[in-house]
Amino acid sequence: MESFLGRYRNLIILVGVLFLQVLGLAVQVKTGANEEKDTRLIRVWALGAITPFERALVWVQNSTASVWHNYFYLRGVRAENRQLKEQIEQMRLQQVRLSEDAAQARRLQTLLSFKEQFISKTVAAQVIGTSGSDLSRIVTIDKGENAGIRRDMAVITADGIVGKVLFVSPNLAQVLLISDQSSGVGAILDKSRLQGVLRGTANGEVVLERVMSDEQVQPGDIVLTSGGDQIFPKGLPVGTVTRVGSGKDLFLSIRIKPAANLSRLEEVLVLTEKQERESVADDHVRIRAADILAQRLPSVPDKPATAVTPPAVAEGASPVPVGGNTAAKPAGTAAGNAAAVKSASGNTPAKSATLQVQPGKTAVQPSTQSSAQTSTAPKPKPLSKSSTEAKPDGAQSQPPAQPSIVEQKPAPVAAQPDTPPPSQDNSPQ
Amino acid sequence: MALIVQAYVPKYFPSFAVYVDLPLLVTIFFAMARRNPVAGLFTGAIIGLVQDMIGSREIGIYGIAKTVVGYGASSLGVKLDVENAGARLLVTLGFYLVHSAVYFAVARGLVNSTLHWNWGPGMLAGLVNSFLGVILYFILDRFKQRT
Repeated sequence: MESFLGRYRNLIILVGVLFLQVLGLAVQVKTGANEEKDTRLIRVWALGAITPFERALVWVQNSTASVWHNYFYLRGVRAENRQLKEQIEQMRLQQVRLSEDAAQARRLQTLLSFKEQFISKTVAAQVIGTSGSDLSRIVTIDKGENAGIRRDMAVITADGIVGKVLFVSPNLAQVLLISDQSSGVGAILDKSRLQGVLRGTANGEVVLERVMSDEQVQPGDIVLTSGGDQIFPKGLPVGTVTRVGSGKDLFLSIRIKPAANLSRLEEVLVLTEKQERESVADDHVRIRAADILAQRLPSVPDKPATAVTPPAVAEGASPVPVGGNTAAKPAGTAAGNAAAVKSASGNTPAKSATLQVQPGKTAVQPSTQSSAQTSTAPKPKPLSKSSTEAKPDGAQSQPPAQPSIVEQKPAPVAAQPDTPPPSQDNSPQ
Repeated sequence: MALIVQAYVPKYFPSFAVYVDLPLLVTIFFAMARRNPVAGLFTGAIIGLVQDMIGSREIGIYGIAKTVVGYGASSLGVKLDVENAGARLLVTLGFYLVHSAVYFAVARGLVNSTLHWNWGPGMLAGLVNSFLGVILYFILDRFKQRT
């Protein structure tokens, strides 16, 4: 160092002196055109001398941070990335599965939302005769083609199904009962939802066939129509299981007690028109047909009726009540209203037979309005005690929660119990 | 003394300031006479700074130029015999050009002056300073011998 200084001493001094003078110049000289606002040259030189070092330091800092973040830190990030990718794959698989489940749910929902047939129009008819033979379970009604009845139309009562129209003439029709050997009705068990075919036997009994022997069927189970035969709407009461036994092949032999008293039919309803409608969730309380009738039909006095006699029917002597025009039945009346069609008493005024669709099963049903008007029934009204009490014997066979067709309540009309029914067809309310 | 003359004579003879640079001649003479680079550069620095101070430009332009000339002249005086008139003529001419170049560089580079380089007047001024320098060196030698 000393040799260097000694060798170049003169030159070092020269450079030093020159540097000082240059510094002096830099203090005096200002950059830019405006000497008052511009920066002195020495400040520019000082900044120019310092900023490179600052730039270098920043560059080193950024490079170090970049190396850390892009390499060392990424080592943990790679593992995390791998885990995240695995999670993504699992979630994709799960998503696919859920998509399949969702698609299946949508398909099932579509299936469930199939249009069901509801009774939109009925024709009340009176049973005027039978076949007169045990081999043939047929009844004759007093309505025919002129009333809109056609072959293969379903025939029901307030208690349950009766049969189907077998033969039609202009003013008469024959109804094949479900107890006939040649009859076949699609049926379904209410609880287990087992489907089968309802057939009659030689001795007039009704059995449910095509139920596998390994299925659990208990006496007392309610049987409803399944709607599969395209004749009876779904959900109509058929009967109650009385006995379960083994049948031929691997099927059970289930004896059914029909809900409707087939041996004492007086008035029936012929379903002349059915309407397709999507099922609607109904959480209303199940209402029996008797209850609805109690709301519409005239009340039966508690005391034995002595003076009041039902007026004679103009045509066909059909004491049918019911249409909105004639049925001036105040709602809420009780006794004798429950079963629309009484098989017991011939003097019992024919009440409009209504079947109530079991809520939730076939959704609310509508029914016919007064005179030949098809109306869709609103939701059934809640039960009333009087109607419950007035339930006739015939209704005892009725299952506790019978699906029934809810008829639209006609406009309240002043009670005219003695008003003779009109000659026109009265659709049950 | 040279600075006073350099400042006073142009009052009557303006061309004197253009073509003659007495402080430079004095710097060259004393730098070559001392034969010490450090002494020579300080001599040139002081003369140059003072010359700047009496002027209106920034201080340090002449100082830097004459510092370089003083260092060079003293270094050259150590190695060469500059007693010869011819040698002095050439040395003076050379150092004048060096002085002009340094002055031009500093003025344009640091001060942002609009100075323009002209070879003709520059060479003429160099010759004038060289001849004048030879005469001045001879007179100064007489004073040196007497002292």
